[in-house]
Amino acid sequence: MLAVSCRQVVKEFGEGQTRVRVLHGVDLEIPAGELTMLVGPSGCGKTTLISIIAGILSFESGTVELFGQDLSQLKSADLVRFRRRTLGFIFQQYNLLPALSAAENAAVPLLAAGMARSAAVGKARDLLARLGLGEHLGKLPNQLSGGQQQRVAIARALVHEPKLIVCDEPTAALDAGSGQTVMGLLRDAAVAADRGVIVVTHDNRIYRYADRIAEMSDGRITSVDTPQHQKVA
Amino acid sequence: MAWVALQMLYGDRAKYFGLVFGVMFATLLMAQQTSIFVSLMQRTSSQVTSVREADIWVMDPRVQYYDEPEPMPATDLDRVRGVPGVTWAVPYFRGLTNVRAPGGLLNQVFLLGLDDASLIGGPQRMILGSVEDLRRPDAIIIDRAGHEFIWPGEPLAIGRQIEMNDRTATIVGISEADAPFTTFPIVHTRYTNALKFAAGGRNRMSYILARSDGDASAVARRVADVTGLQARTSADFAWQTIRYYLARTGIPVNFGITVTLGFIVGAAIVGQTFYIFVLENMKQFGALKAIGVTNTTLAGMVLLQGAVVALVGYGLGVGLSAGFFAATDGVTALRGFSMPWQIMVGTAAAVLMIMVLSIFASLRRVMVLDPAIVFRG
Repeated sequence: MLAVSCRQVVKEFGEGQTRVRVLHGVDLEIPAGELTMLVGPSGCGKTTLISIIAGILSFESGTVELFGQDLSQLKSADLVRFRRRTLGFIFQQYNLLPALSAAENAAVPLLAAGMARSAAVGKARDLLARLGLGEHLGKLPNQLSGGQQQRVAIARALVHEPKLIVCDEPTAALDAGSGQTVMGLLRDAAVAADRGVIVVTHDNRIYRYADRIAEMSDGRITSVDTPQHQKVA
Repeated sequence: MAWVALQMLYGDRAKYFGLVFGVMFATLLMAQQTSIFVSLMQRTSSQVTSVREADIWVMDPRVQYYDEPEPMPATDLDRVRGVPGVTWAVPYFRGLTNVRAPGGLLNQVFLLGLDDASLIGGPQRMILGSVEDLRRPDAIIIDRAGHEFIWPGEPLAIGRQIEMNDRTATIVGISEADAPFTTFPIVHTRYTNALKFAAGGRNRMSYILARSDGDASAVARRVADVTGLQARTSADFAWQTIRYYLARTGIPVNFGITVTLGFIVGAAIVGQTFYIFVLENMKQFGALKAIGVTNTTLAGMVLLQGAVVALVGYGLGVGLSAGFFAATDGVTALRGFSMPWQIMVGTAAAVLMIMVLSIFASLRRVMVLDPAIVFRG
């Protein structure tokens, strides 16, 4: 089953003479049940591509399907609902709400879906405990280390059981040890038969956690391969 | 998500307190200053509204406001009494005179002369003695504030004698009179006594107080038509006096500037702080948008945050303003000052406007926020 299917995706930014094409007909397929990494030099279009896959950036032409749903066929409100149900996000800077505890932060997608606060926080607490944060449930983000914050972010991405997890440089703000721990947890907790995981990264030390690595250059996918066959930059 | 919005608001304590302070400051300034202004304007006409028995005031056509009457001949009283619809009409004296009090301070007083027979226009509330005591020879009633001004620190007492226009008068009662615009003591006496206690010319009657048999406005118009005098209902004359002070003094401008500054400074503080608060949370709003929180929900969150700030700040500001009036309730110079409910409603409307302006600028940024911002480092 394909989690993501991109065909001939074109994206341009700017107007008139300053208009720049950043994606030149991208083709990419991400199977469910695998962790796919999207790698490449800065400015190659990785972030633009995952923003489009995540349904938060429009594109000029081509098609993007998530689990068979063509995103361009969804109206704005439907797209928001689809995103809320289908996607989980992990950001480079965590983007946790500073006034909420770890458990409350992890519960946000459930609260956004309308679940009662006690039930949502309860479910988030269980998940955080499984991710090794059982002793930090009531702490605020500024009382947690970077690795712990990213684990909270992983819990937030998984708590509503989405079908696709989108991660943007999840280890960029972490030291090597924490990065490995986070990726190990992400792989164990997120990869499932009916779920796709896509990770944008520059960090070649975590390539080994990938089932498949798609390399981008100048707005194009140049190769898709297993980590064993991937040339390390 | 309402709970999340409130946690975001309370979590940034410095900004939350700054926002609440801004609204509180604006509310306090607007409510307190407007209340003082309104109370002060009410004082200008307090001696008109405190005469409850009459519903028509008749005066010389040149009179513009209560404090500057033009004396009329006594014959005008009979002309007014003869107008159909006038149930009764009595003379009323209003003048200024100096008081010499043994052991007391020299003071200028408002001298009010009441019809000898009916004592219409007398004080409504008595602390010591009764209005009927005015029937005694050379009797006067002085108001409590006046007593304090003339004999500071001494207990209220009747039986004291004072001199006015080289005539001796005896205090037979202490009243609680509505405060006048100036802080002069108010002295009530009979009309014939008033003519003795105040110097003056041949014509001495300041006003004619009259009662209509029904529609006061219609009767007042008829009195004016028939006699050529100026006749006003009590309410009209009170407003005429207030309008005079509004037009001829700098009071409204001064208070207007203060209230406007309260609004502008409050709006600036709240607007800027709220804008920065939203701006600093832009990444969080972006993350929520990416996660699937709708624009409507985000707008609701921002509106809730603004509403809470407005309610708490307004409550504190109005509370402080009310506290000021409660604390100064016993201060003689500030007697009669209060905060009418209409000012509370008006201030609430002004605070609402401040918050709408503040929220509008911030909300626009959230509405057009590109959720892809969360993937940009």
